[in-house]
Amino acid sequence: MNPISVQNLNKSYGGVEALADISVEVEPNELFGFIGPDGAGKTSLFRILTTLLKPDSGEASVLGLDVVDDYRTIRTKLGYMPGQFALYEDLSVRENMDFFASVFGTTLEANYDLVAPIYSQLERFEDRLAGALSGGMKQKLALSCALIHKPELLVLDEPTTGVDAVSRQEFWQMLQQLKSQGITIIASTPYMDEAEQCDRVALIDNGHILNIDTPEQVARNFDQPLLAIKASSIYELIKKLRSYEWADSVQPFGEYVHYTDKREEPDISKLELYLTEQCGLSEVEIKSIEPDIEDSFMNLMQKEVT
Amino acid sequence: MSSFRAFVIKEFKQIYRDKRTLVVLFGMPMIMMILFGYAIRNEVENAQVVVLDASQDEVTRQLISKIDASNYFSVEGSIQRYDEIETLFQQGSVDEVLIFEADFARKLKRGGQPAVNVITDASNPNLAQLIQQYSSSIIIDFQQQWSANGGTGPGGISTHANMLFNPQLESVNLFVPGLIAVILMLISSLMTSISITREKEMGNMEILLVSPLRPMQIIIGKVLPYLVLSFVNVLTILALAQWAFGVPFQGSYGLFLLESVLFIFMALALGVLISTKAEDQQTAMMVSLAGLLLPTVLLSGFIFPISSMPMVLQWISNLIPARWFLVIVRSIMLKDSGLLFIWKETLILLAMTLGFIALSIRSFKVRLE
Repeated sequence: MNPISVQNLNKSYGGVEALADISVEVEPNELFGFIGPDGAGKTSLFRILTTLLKPDSGEASVLGLDVVDDYRTIRTKLGYMPGQFALYEDLSVRENMDFFASVFGTTLEANYDLVAPIYSQLERFEDRLAGALSGGMKQKLALSCALIHKPELLVLDEPTTGVDAVSRQEFWQMLQQLKSQGITIIASTPYMDEAEQCDRVALIDNGHILNIDTPEQVARNFDQPLLAIKASSIYELIKKLRSYEWADSVQPFGEYVHYTDKREEPDISKLELYLTEQCGLSEVEIKSIEPDIEDSFMNLMQKEVT
Repeated sequence: MSSFRAFVIKEFKQIYRDKRTLVVLFGMPMIMMILFGYAIRNEVENAQVVVLDASQDEVTRQLISKIDASNYFSVEGSIQRYDEIETLFQQGSVDEVLIFEADFARKLKRGGQPAVNVITDASNPNLAQLIQQYSSSIIIDFQQQWSANGGTGPGGISTHANMLFNPQLESVNLFVPGLIAVILMLISSLMTSISITREKEMGNMEILLVSPLRPMQIIIGKVLPYLVLSFVNVLTILALAQWAFGVPFQGSYGLFLLESVLFIFMALALGVLISTKAEDQQTAMMVSLAGLLLPTVLLSGFIFPISSMPMVLQWISNLIPARWFLVIVRSIMLKDSGLLFIWKETLILLAMTLGFIALSIRSFKVRLE
C-alpha cells in the first residue's frame, strides 16, 4: 500500500479547471516533489490530500484511507504545513509547540528526539513571539509543529517560498534527515533547482501532470542539443533568435538564452554569423550545454501548449 | 479532552495578550454607561411654559402655580391671543403652551370636564412627548387633589399607568437594560465572529481542521472565553447602575443573571453563525455591526418605543432578540416580575438560541470550501 495513491483526480472552481485527470503514486519513505509554477494546481492537490477539499471526481487515498470517507482518521495521522504561515503569531515559539503537541495528544518532551534537529535551532528564541521570527525561523517552527505528533506522512505546501537561499538549502537537508527516519514526505515548490533534492518529482502545470520521474531522468528526457547564448543586449538577442529560421525554442535563463534548433545538429558558426553580421549584435558567446530539469520542464510546458 | 483544554487555554492567552482589545472590552461598558447615564438624558428639566388662560379663575391659577412649582417646568409668561402661539414656537423660546378653556373653575365644579390644551414643539418628538406626559400627569394629580378636597368631578387616571414603574421617567433606569443588551451583543456576537474568522483568514483554521480537534471543540473553545467576559461585563454594568446611578433593582438577581446567560448564549450562537458564513474579519465585523448592533439599538425598544414604530418595523422588531431580552430585564429590574410573567419572552429567546446553534452546526464547514 502506497502512502499516497491518486487516480484520475479532477477539481474545478466554478468552471475553472484546477486539476485535470491527475494520477500519481508516492511510495513509502519517498521524498516526493511536486514542481510547477504558481497556479499550477499544487495547493489544490495538497488540500485534497489533506482532506481540506473534496475532489470533483477520481479517487485519492492517503495512508490507505479515502480522503473523502475517512477524512477524520486521516487528519489525526498527517503532518501538514500549509503554504501560508499558519501558526499563532501572538503566541511564543514554545507556546505554539506546546499547543500543537497537546492538540495531537502528546508533549514536546515525548517526541523531542524527532524534532530536536530542527527545534534545537529555535530553542534560543523559545520566549519570542512567533510573529517576530524571521522567515526561515518561521518555517522551522511550522515544520516542528507539523512533526510533533510523529506523523507517518508529512505534507508540505511550498515550504521554502519566501525563504532565503541559505535557509532553503538547510530546510531540504532537514527533510532528508526526516526521510532517513522513515517518514514519507511530499513537498511542493515553484523552484526548479529544488527538484534535485527529491527522490522523484512530478512536473505539474495548468492542472496537468506533465511527467513523473527521478530528477536525473527528467533532465535526461530532454533529447535535443542545447545551446547557451549570450550577447550584450539580451532583449535584442531573444528577438533576433526568435526570428531565426531554424529556431525551435528560445528561453531566457539568467544572463544566457537557452536555444534549441529545428535541425538534428545546429550549425553554431552559421548562427554566430547570423547574430553578429546580420543582426549586428556584439559580445556574442555561444556554447553547448547539458540540459537540466528546468530546460526539460520548459520544453514539456511548450509541448503541452502546442 | 486534553486537546480541547489546550485550545481553551490558547484562546484565553490570545485574548489576554491583545491588551488593546481587552481595554475596549472592559472599558466600553463603563464608557457607554457613563455616556448614557449623564450625557444622553431624556428627562425634562425646566421646560419653558407659556400659558393662555382664557378663564383666569382660582382653579387655573392654582394649576399654573403647581406646574410652575415643579422642577420640570417653569412658567415664563402668559399670552392672550391664539395667533401668538405659532410665533412663540417659531422663535424657539418656548417648549410648551398650555391653553385653559374659559369658565374652567365653574365647569369643574359642576362636574364637567374642562379642557386643557397642551401644545408642544414636536420638532423634537421625544422631548415633546415627555413634556406632554409630564404636564398631563401634573394635571391629573391636581384633579385628584381637587376631588379629594371636596371638589366634584370625575378623576382622570388614564395616563397614570404609563408612569407607574418609573414615576420620574428617569432615563438611566430605562437605558440600563438596553445597554446590557447592546454590550452583550457587541462582545458576544462581534468578538466571537471576528475571532473565528481571524483563524480562517490567518490560515490557522487550515491546520486546526487537519488535526484531531473536532469542529464542536473548536467552536466551544472559541466561545467559552467570551461567555466569561460577557458575564463579567453584566456584573460590571449592574454594579455601576446600582452604585453610581442608583438605579433601583426590584427583582431577583438569580433570575436576572440566568436570563442574561441565556441572552449571552443566544448572542454567541449568532456570532458563530456569522463566522461560518463570513470569509474574513472585515465581513464578519460589518455583518455584526450593521446586521446586529444597529437593529439592537434602534428596533429593540432600547431608545425608541416599539409602539411608536410603523407596523412593518414593529413586525421586524419581533425578530430582534434584544427586544425580548429588554422586556425581561425591565420587568425584573423595575417591576420585580417572576418567571411566571416573563416565561413567554424567555421561551422565545431559548427558541432563538437553539435555532442559531442548530444553524451554526449545520453550516460549519469541516473542509475549506
